[in-house]
Amino acid sequence: MSLHNLTVAQLAAGLKARRFSSLDLTLHFLRRIEKMAPALNAFVTITADGALADARAADERLARGEGGPLTGVPIAHKDIFCTDGILTTCSSKMLSNFVAPYDATVVERWKAAGTVLLGKTNMDEFAMGSSNETSFYGPVRNPWDADRVPGGSSGGSAAAVAACLAPAASGTDTGGSIRQPAALTNLTGIKPTYGRVSRYGMIAFASSLDQAGVLTRSAEDAALLLGAMAGFDPRDSTSVDVPVPDYVAELSRPLAGLRVGVIREFFDKGLEPEVGTLVKDAIEALRAAGAAIRDVSLPALPLSVPTYYVVAPAECSSNLSRFDGVRFGHRCESPRDLLDMYKRSRGEGFGAEVKRRIMTGTYVLSAGYYDAYYLKAQQVRQLIAADFARAFGEVDVVIGPTSPTPAFGIGSKTSDPITMYLNDIYTIGANLAGLPAISIPCGFVQQGGRDLPVGLQLVGPHFTESLLLSVSHQYQQLTDWHRRVPPGYE
Amino acid sequence: MSLTRDQVEGIAHLARLDISEAQMPVYVDSLSRIIGLVEQLASADTTGVEPMAHPLADQVQRLRADEVTESDRHDKYQRNAAAVAAGLYLVPKVID
Repeated sequence: MSLHNLTVAQLAAGLKARRFSSLDLTLHFLRRIEKMAPALNAFVTITADGALADARAADERLARGEGGPLTGVPIAHKDIFCTDGILTTCSSKMLSNFVAPYDATVVERWKAAGTVLLGKTNMDEFAMGSSNETSFYGPVRNPWDADRVPGGSSGGSAAAVAACLAPAASGTDTGGSIRQPAALTNLTGIKPTYGRVSRYGMIAFASSLDQAGVLTRSAEDAALLLGAMAGFDPRDSTSVDVPVPDYVAELSRPLAGLRVGVIREFFDKGLEPEVGTLVKDAIEALRAAGAAIRDVSLPALPLSVPTYYVVAPAECSSNLSRFDGVRFGHRCESPRDLLDMYKRSRGEGFGAEVKRRIMTGTYVLSAGYYDAYYLKAQQVRQLIAADFARAFGEVDVVIGPTSPTPAFGIGSKTSDPITMYLNDIYTIGANLAGLPAISIPCGFVQQGGRDLPVGLQLVGPHFTESLLLSVSHQYQQLTDWHRRVPPGYE
Repeated sequence: MSLTRDQVEGIAHLARLDISEAQMPVYVDSLSRIIGLVEQLASADTTGVEPMAHPLADQVQRLRADEVTESDRHDKYQRNAAAVAAGLYLVPKVID
C-alpha cells in the first residue's frame, strides 16, 4: 500500500501517529501530479510552493500535538472556488488572468482545518457541461479509459482523485456535476442540501441550484471532508443556520430497518441495461442487509431536464452579466465604444456552450416568453419537489442509477447539446428540489475491453447528509467496488 | 419550435454577445433544439401550482444591519481590471 492509495481517514491516522509527515505526503502527491496529471489534463494550476509551505506549517502543528483530523492532508479545489492570490479561472478564457482577491468560504474552512492545497482542478467552463469537454484548457481524460470523458463539470477533481493524484477534492453540483463524474470515475460524491455549504466565493452559475460538495474514495472520507466544509456563513444569504452533525460519528448507523424507495421513473428506456442490472444488484445487497425496499413513483420527474434547461440558463444569463470587461476578466483589443467592448469581450471570452446557455436564458426571460417558460418551469419545479416530499412520507431515502450510461467517448456527444443534456436526467431532480444526494460505486461494466465504473445514487430529505453517508458507508462495508483503482494508477 | 436568425441575432444583442457570421447558423440550430426540448413543459398541468421561490420552503432572505463591515481593498480588487487610473475603472468614452 503506497501513500497515494490511503484514504483520508488512513492518512489522518498516519499523520497523527507521525508515521509520515505532511511534507513527505505532499512531496509524494506533487511528484505523482507532475508525472501523471498532464496526460489526464486534470489540473489548471499546481500550487507546489504553497503546498510545501502548508505542509511544513501542518507538520509544526502536528509536532506540537495540535491540529485536527485533516491537518496535513493534501487536497485539490475545483477551479470554481476563489483562492486568495491564486489563479481562479473557472476553466474559461474570460477568467484566464483572474487572480482571486479572497478565499471562498469552502477554501477558508478546509485551510483552517489544516489541509494542504495541491492545486486547482480543470472543469467544464463555468461548470456548464457534463463531460469536461467545454473547458478552455481542453478536455479532461478518464483514468479508467483515456479515450473517454470523466464526466463533468467537476471532471478534473474526479480524474485527480480517481487516479490517486489527490486524496480528495472539492466539487460543485448544479445539475449533477459532482455525482455524475463520481459515478463515471468510481468515486463517492456528495451534493449536500441547498444552503448546507456556503456559496461565498464559489463562482456562480445558477444560484438557486449551485451547491458545493466533495469527491472522495470512500463515504467515510466524504463525511470527514463535508464536516469541515459545511455550516452557516453570514456571507451567503442562502446559507442555512442549521447545526452540522458529526457525520463521522453517525456512519455506524445500521442498514436494518432502513426504508428505501426505488424510483420507478429512473429505470426507463434511456438506462443502459447493464447499468440497470448493477444498480438492482446493489439494491438487493441493501435488502439482504435488512433494508426494506419498495417501489416509489415520482411522475413529474421526467420533466426535470426541460425544467432545468429553463431555470439554469435563466440564472446563468443573469449571473454572467457581471463579465463586462470592466472590473475583471477578458477585455477585447481596441474597443470602438462601450457596446462594442461588452459584445466582443464576452463573445471572445466565453466558449460556445456558455454562450448557448446565456442566450437560452436571455430568451426564456425576455418579454412575452417569461410566463410560458420561466414561470411554468418554476411551477413544474414545485411539482417535482412535491413528488419527492410525497415519497419521503413513505421511505427514508430514494435510490436509482446516477447516470444512464458509463463514461462515454470524448467527442461522442459534442455535436448535439440535447444528447449531452440528457446525461443528467437522473441527477437534476435533487438540485431542483434542493435535496442532498450521493453517488457511490456499485460495480463495473466491460466496454471496449475496459472496466468502466457505474454509480448508485441515493437522495434523501433536506439535511439528511448523515443518513446518506451512513447508508453509503454501510454499503461500502459489504462491497469493495470503491477500493478499485484504475489500471496504471495503483 | 424553430427560432429564426433574426430572433437569435436579437437575443445575442440583448445578451451583449458578439457572434460571428459563420457561427450564427450553429446557434440558430442548437437554440431551436433547446427551446423544442423545454416546450415539453407545456404538457404539465400546473393549474393552481405556486411557482417555486426557494428550494427550501420555509426560508426567507436574511436581513442585516446597515453597517459597514468591509475594509477598503480596492487596490487589490483593481489588479484584475483591464484599465484603471487614479483608483477608477476606465472604459471607452460614453458621452462625446
